[in-house]
Amino acid sequence: MNATPEVLPAPRPAKVLPEPSALALFGSVVRAEWTKLRSVRSTMWSLLVTVALVVGLGALFCAARVARADRLDAGELRNFDPTGFSMNGIFLAQLAIGVLGVLVISSEYATGQIGSTLAATPQRLVVLAGKVVVFLGVAFTVGLVACGTAFVVGQSILSQKFATASFGDPGVLRAVLGGATYLAVLGALGIGLGAILRRPAGAIAALVGLLLVLPILSNFLPSPWNDDIGKYLPLRAGNPIFHTGAVDSTDLSRGVGFVVFCAYAVVALVVGAVFLDRRDA
Amino acid sequence: MIEAEAVSKRYGSTLAVDSLSFTVRDGCVTGFLGPNGAGKSTTMRMIVGLDAPTSGGVRVGGRPYRDRRFPLHEVGALLEAKTVHPGRSARNHLRWLAESNGIARRRVDAVLEQVGLASVAKKRAGTFSLGMSQRLGIAAALLGDPEVLLLDEPVNGLDPEGIRWVRELLRSLAGEGRTVFVSSHLMSEMALTADHLIVIGQGRLIADASVAEVIAQASSNRVRVATAEPARLQSLIESMGGKVETAPPEELLISGVECRDVGIAAARAAITLYELTKVEASLEEAFMEMTRDSSQYHAGIAPTAMAGA
Repeated sequence: MNATPEVLPAPRPAKVLPEPSALALFGSVVRAEWTKLRSVRSTMWSLLVTVALVVGLGALFCAARVARADRLDAGELRNFDPTGFSMNGIFLAQLAIGVLGVLVISSEYATGQIGSTLAATPQRLVVLAGKVVVFLGVAFTVGLVACGTAFVVGQSILSQKFATASFGDPGVLRAVLGGATYLAVLGALGIGLGAILRRPAGAIAALVGLLLVLPILSNFLPSPWNDDIGKYLPLRAGNPIFHTGAVDSTDLSRGVGFVVFCAYAVVALVVGAVFLDRRDA
Repeated sequence: MIEAEAVSKRYGSTLAVDSLSFTVRDGCVTGFLGPNGAGKSTTMRMIVGLDAPTSGGVRVGGRPYRDRRFPLHEVGALLEAKTVHPGRSARNHLRWLAESNGIARRRVDAVLEQVGLASVAKKRAGTFSLGMSQRLGIAAALLGDPEVLLLDEPVNGLDPEGIRWVRELLRSLAGEGRTVFVSSHLMSEMALTADHLIVIGQGRLIADASVAEVIAQASSNRVRVATAEPARLQSLIESMGGKVETAPPEELLISGVECRDVGIAAARAAITLYELTKVEASLEEAFMEMTRDSSQYHAGIAPTAMAGA
């Protein structure tokens, strides 16, 4: 055998490699995730739809109530909460923001981009944390615009026939901030489900099932199991945070309910984080 | 420098990579060859920490890939052409990558220029042809000006001009002293691009040697002879333990006997030769032969090369 010796070029001068602190790493990941989020059109659409649904549906419900103001029965007039009523569009808008949360991570698996992401930042938990922080910020800001607008628009419509609320009234500011927080936390739940299930369709189905289907199923249980179980489901536990006035006696208190609601997101994110860290990308 | 030490990867009951050890050196292009499904991509994914080895380990530049916070400054990888969100523009894809590793923004435009995508930088990656996606992937690999480059099938989908461009790029990167590790199932391409070859089949190392050695080892190396006395020469060669295929009317194709020995024997027997030519196997043939029966060559070539590495 006639082995040709390979001539090696002179070694390159050693490059000075950056050794970022943990904080600098996190900052870089947050910047990258922010660029990712805003450089895809579906993000803008989902956020626009969220605002349109919260404001538009809220205005529609308020207008409908005003139109039927003279024919409402006693039950409808009792304990009316004009604040929460003007923000009822959240019940639909939550799906738009939740799906956006799911897509933040599952679209990376669907397109193969996750390979680029995790090769660029091998600290996978930092990647997940960066995604959550960026998304919480964006969703809260957009949610605040949506809820604030829905409240103002709703009150001006309702004021034609009903007593209305203003920002200074007890619980109103908490409810508007609560609506924005509710939407942001829901998006985080979506990210968690996306990290666990990876496939967009599966994670979206899980989100819809958890939010909308489980409450229907829990209703088929005999009393008191229907309430004992149903009050812990995320939608029922979480929605009092964007309403004012008394909470039903069969429900968790507003504070406890909101903690339970957040716990869904935390559990999904923790399980998602373990999976992301341990599984092959 | 990339060092794999007895690295294995098992998926359920399949052993995709089977105790693979090799070293990829600085300053040359190392080709990573194997038929489809041989375990090349899995090995590449383990090098950059996307998949965890079932056993064994891989180090890049002396340490595991995942020990780095900003790895793109040291290691650039093109894993598959489609690791880009189709809704994002080429420039935005490179921008977030640069931001994630603290790489200066100007590098984004520099690499777009380098791979010839500057004019389509604002187009969505989903509209790119496979060839353009490959170029974007190469741009991403070059972004951090890394010492080590890993490229999984970079010429897939490229036109001849693109293939030539990749070849020259890889040669020049290696010429600057970088480590270039490039996988392919195209032997002809590797023959032109690589200095050194690591050949695997069914997850196992078949050869780790220079391109010249791999060709030399192929037992399909033959000698072509033209003579006026083919019958006499044939019996002479067979008496020396060689094998003869005849081609009409006067040509013999001989295997198992060195070119030199054929000439000496013919002269002693006073057989006139019109032609005496060494026929080297192409890398393609060498490869086909090796992967047909991996275990035989596993013992044959690997140890010498390992000793040299």
